Amino acid sequence: MSSVLNNFSGDTICAIATAMSDAGIGIIRVSGPDAISICNKIYISAKKEHNLPDHRPNTITYGYIVDESKDHDLCVIDEVMISYMKAPHSYTREDVIEINSHGGMLVMNQILELLIKSGCRMAEPGEFTKRAFLNGRIDLTKAEAIMDVISAQNNFALESSRNQLQGKISEKVKEIRQKIIYQMAFIESALDDPENYDLTGFSDRLIKIINPIITEIDSLIATSDEGKIRKDGIKTVIIGKPNAGKSSLLNALTGDERAIVTDIAGTTRDIIEETVRLGDIILHLIDTAGIRNTEDIIEKIGVDKAKAMVNDAELVLYILDSTSEIDDEDKEIISLCRNKKTIVLLNKDDLSSDIKITEHIVRTLFSESENESVPIIKTSMLKGNGIEDLKSAVTDLFLNGQLVPKQELYITNLRHKNLLQKTLNSLKLVIDSIEKGLSEDFYTVDLNDAYVSLGEIIGEEVGDDLVEEIFSKFCMGK
Amino acid sequence: MLDIREKYDVAVVGAGHAGCEAALACARLGLETIIFTMSADNIAFMPCNPHIGGSSKGHLVREIDALGGEMGKVIDKTFLQSKMLNTSKGPAVHSLRCQADKMEYSKEMKRVLEHQEHLTIKQAEVSEIIVEDYKVDNSEEEYSKKIVGIKIFSGIIYDVKSVILCTGTYLKSRCLTGEAITYSGPNGLQPSNLLSQSLINAGIELRRFKTGTPARMDGNSIDYSKMSEQFGDTPVIPFSFDTDPEDVQRPQVSCWLTYTNEKTHEIIRNNIDRSPIYAGIIEGIGPRYCPSIEDKVVKFPDHERHQVFVEPEGTYTNEMYIDGMSSSLPEDVQIAMYRTVPGLEKCKIVKSAYAIEYDCLCPGQLNPTLEIKNIHGLFSAGQFNGSSGYEEAAAQGLFAGINASMQILGKPYISIDRSEGYIGVLVDDLVTKENLEPYRMMTSRAEYRLLLRQDNADIRLRKKGHDVGLISDEKYNKLISKIDCINLEVERLKKTSVGANATIQKFMEESGSTPLKTATSLAELLCRPEFSYEKLAPIDSDRPSLTKDIIEQVEITIRYEGYINRQERQVEQFKKLEKRLIPADIDYDDVSSLRLEARQKLKKFRPSNIGQASRIGGVNPADVSVLLIYLDTLNRGNNDES
Repeated sequence: MSSVLNNFSGDTICAIATAMSDAGIGIIRVSGPDAISICNKIYISAKKEHNLPDHRPNTITYGYIVDESKDHDLCVIDEVMISYMKAPHSYTREDVIEINSHGGMLVMNQILELLIKSGCRMAEPGEFTKRAFLNGRIDLTKAEAIMDVISAQNNFALESSRNQLQGKISEKVKEIRQKIIYQMAFIESALDDPENYDLTGFSDRLIKIINPIITEIDSLIATSDEGKIRKDGIKTVIIGKPNAGKSSLLNALTGDERAIVTDIAGTTRDIIEETVRLGDIILHLIDTAGIRNTEDIIEKIGVDKAKAMVNDAELVLYILDSTSEIDDEDKEIISLCRNKKTIVLLNKDDLSSDIKITEHIVRTLFSESENESVPIIKTSMLKGNGIEDLKSAVTDLFLNGQLVPKQELYITNLRHKNLLQKTLNSLKLVIDSIEKGLSEDFYTVDLNDAYVSLGEIIGEEVGDDLVEEIFSKFCMGK
Repeated sequence: MLDIREKYDVAVVGAGHAGCEAALACARLGLETIIFTMSADNIAFMPCNPHIGGSSKGHLVREIDALGGEMGKVIDKTFLQSKMLNTSKGPAVHSLRCQADKMEYSKEMKRVLEHQEHLTIKQAEVSEIIVEDYKVDNSEEEYSKKIVGIKIFSGIIYDVKSVILCTGTYLKSRCLTGEAITYSGPNGLQPSNLLSQSLINAGIELRRFKTGTPARMDGNSIDYSKMSEQFGDTPVIPFSFDTDPEDVQRPQVSCWLTYTNEKTHEIIRNNIDRSPIYAGIIEGIGPRYCPSIEDKVVKFPDHERHQVFVEPEGTYTNEMYIDGMSSSLPEDVQIAMYRTVPGLEKCKIVKSAYAIEYDCLCPGQLNPTLEIKNIHGLFSAGQFNGSSGYEEAAAQGLFAGINASMQILGKPYISIDRSEGYIGVLVDDLVTKENLEPYRMMTSRAEYRLLLRQDNADIRLRKKGHDVGLISDEKYNKLISKIDCINLEVERLKKTSVGANATIQKFMEESGSTPLKTATSLAELLCRPEFSYEKLAPIDSDRPSLTKDIIEQVEITIRYEGYINRQERQVEQFKKLEKRLIPADIDYDDVSSLRLEARQKLKKFRPSNIGQASRIGGVNPADVSVLLIYLDTLNRGNNDES
């Protein structure tokens, strides 16, 4: 229902306008009455001013996308070119801002999320074109094509909820919805038949049910990153002692056709990130600068920085020289990797006669930090052995070993995430109502909103669900 | 046969709760009206439970009253006990329920009908509706036939401009008590066996619905000492906005509560094969919200007991209504089962429980005015439309009566949308949903229920009642000054601050509240749960003298402002869709990209606006978008031509 309403509310929408490829350059398009004011919140000029409204229409301007929501200092996401087209002289005949980014998918994703946080809504498939049509921009002959796009969207949502998340989120969402509607039905039954169903003590019980759901949705939002991993890459750090083979690994990863040319010179951060493709997965290598420049990252920057890097990473590639000996530094690194997805590379496997660190030794060490199932791969960077094993280890670790056909999953992901966030907000309002001491009939208002948002994820209508639930679960009778 | 043809503006078929409201509305709007009943001694008869109101149904009665209907006034005069339900919950779910004296209620309603100018009561079975082809002089209206008259069993024809069908459960009805089947209406009354065929001949599709009622017991055979007594409220709050609260403070009669037990359930389980429903004899679909006791036992096997309310049928009789134990089991099983219930061990059944099956309208054939599609001047209301309940029937009767009148008078129809009243929700659901069982109102069906309270039904709907002509200027002006009074007082409380001085802090402390940090408005204080309007009196010396109903509105307006504002914003969104009208002659086959299911449903229900279309089951948001674009294409095409 709410997606129908959206078509009317004259809100501001955003989406990535360029094809979803791994190309480094992309355009994010924002359209609607608040396009300028919203973009202005996340944009500063080269002189560090929020002055987007002062720019002349139909010009291009240079500046930065910043995230000021982090309370400490201003965090620059990307340097961008922004073009501004004033209504009605734009594709949609609304105010349109186009953000030209060269930041690759990860950065584009961040910008999109910033826009949404600042008041944009993710565009539905075909919505820019639809607006263009509704505002009289394009001629009638295109109307049918647009209708086809829109009617495809429902199937698309269903499809992607099945495939993209391997049905896992879909199942979870259904499970949570079921819990929510049961509670709603209980409240409604009691309101309808107060002499039969008693709500005494119900609010305490409800809190105990809602809070775990909130936690669950929080973790669901994290799970939705699974799709993102495929598209945007896994933040990866390569760690190891001098001469263990870090730069060889980096070269092995980036030095062939698998490498993707997206070097981002961070504008305020003095790190270099590289994005490499490993089969179906993209690795986003952090702080490769350190590796390239020094070869002794631990030595030079110290364990503290290593710790920070490991903390920041989603994947740690820990490379060991199997001809050396385990020392305290290694033990320290291993304990850093506790609770992190880690893959151990036993390098220099080709020098079999000199091997001192065996798989067994490493596994024993990891067992001590409760990570005995850590994947351990024997590699020889010199000979280029082991990369295939690494590929399947990463796939196992992040996609549970499943490789699904590559799809354009990005939009649905953000859409899901938005809806989960909406659900979360509604559920927090329920808790709020309970804490304010309001009576039970107020809870169902927000419980229902949560139910609707979850339904949108899996493409299910609400219809008469509540009435059905009441009659099937509660014995109404007077 | 002599050529006697009577002429009326409106004929109402059936004098139950729908028929009475419909006929009164038409007659009060100046139309010559005739109401037909199978039995003039059973006008506004309650064949089932002896109460009016209850959760959400109480809201309907208040709304009927706000619009100028009669139900609230009659029950105010004839109730035996009154109770406001859910008083510990939010104001939106407070609901008034009255035990009725069935005979007195019926007599009082008959008296009102008899004294109504322009209204004639006629005892007869209507056997035919007479329709002619509709001459198309206005291409925007989609009628193929129009009603011109009706014929009664004796052969006499009445020429009329409009007919309102309020046939309740009487069309080809049959009653079932186990294997014993009687072809009668409720309570042994005569059924109406001829009209169904005439409706089918006019192109109307009918289906079978089923409902049921429990036994009536001889009160002398009941041992009340084994039951717990259920009292009414003091003071009593009247249903009607026009009833003086002083007039309803009178002695009340108690009800009694007892429970079924494992023995009861065992008897039912052992004899379930003799239930006509489980044996497959009943073909009609029954309501789930009002299950028979055998349904409850089968569907909820883990329930150790079920509530049974024993309620008086009236002061004229000893009969007691056994609420919660309706049944269609054979009488021998009924006797055995009732006698297992504490207090009913020696009970004597005066009237056995039975299930009743009847013909009613298939969904998708009603306009939002409650006129039957394609047939000009044929309206319908109540159980015939697939609803259940006296209040649902009365609400539709009033609504259909007003619209039949507006059509004849050439005035705009009354419309009440889902954000304006439970009547709006009820009518919209009946018009746009499949409703596979008799439809009952519930507060959960109203998405904007925080706004649709029983306490503000007059504020919401009196203007509409006044616009159509059922509410006098005097009553309407009274409401206007009430609204002014509420607004003024809300404003005053928001503007009036109390300082954090010693007197105030002492008052706060004595009231069990936290001390003030700065000057605070009285409105803000009223939001603290420990205060009510009354409790703030000591620190609010300038307050005007206000009536209870005004104080109630002031309190609700201030306390629930945040929630009310939120719902009002939702309503704005909702209204945008309701305003996008769909042309009556739209051809859904022309709309490419509609999914097959959506296309079929849209063709069946033919919604009048986008909002309605979006509520039809099987029409999803993508279909609605497609439809919107199509409509836009149409509009633009038209503009291009002009």
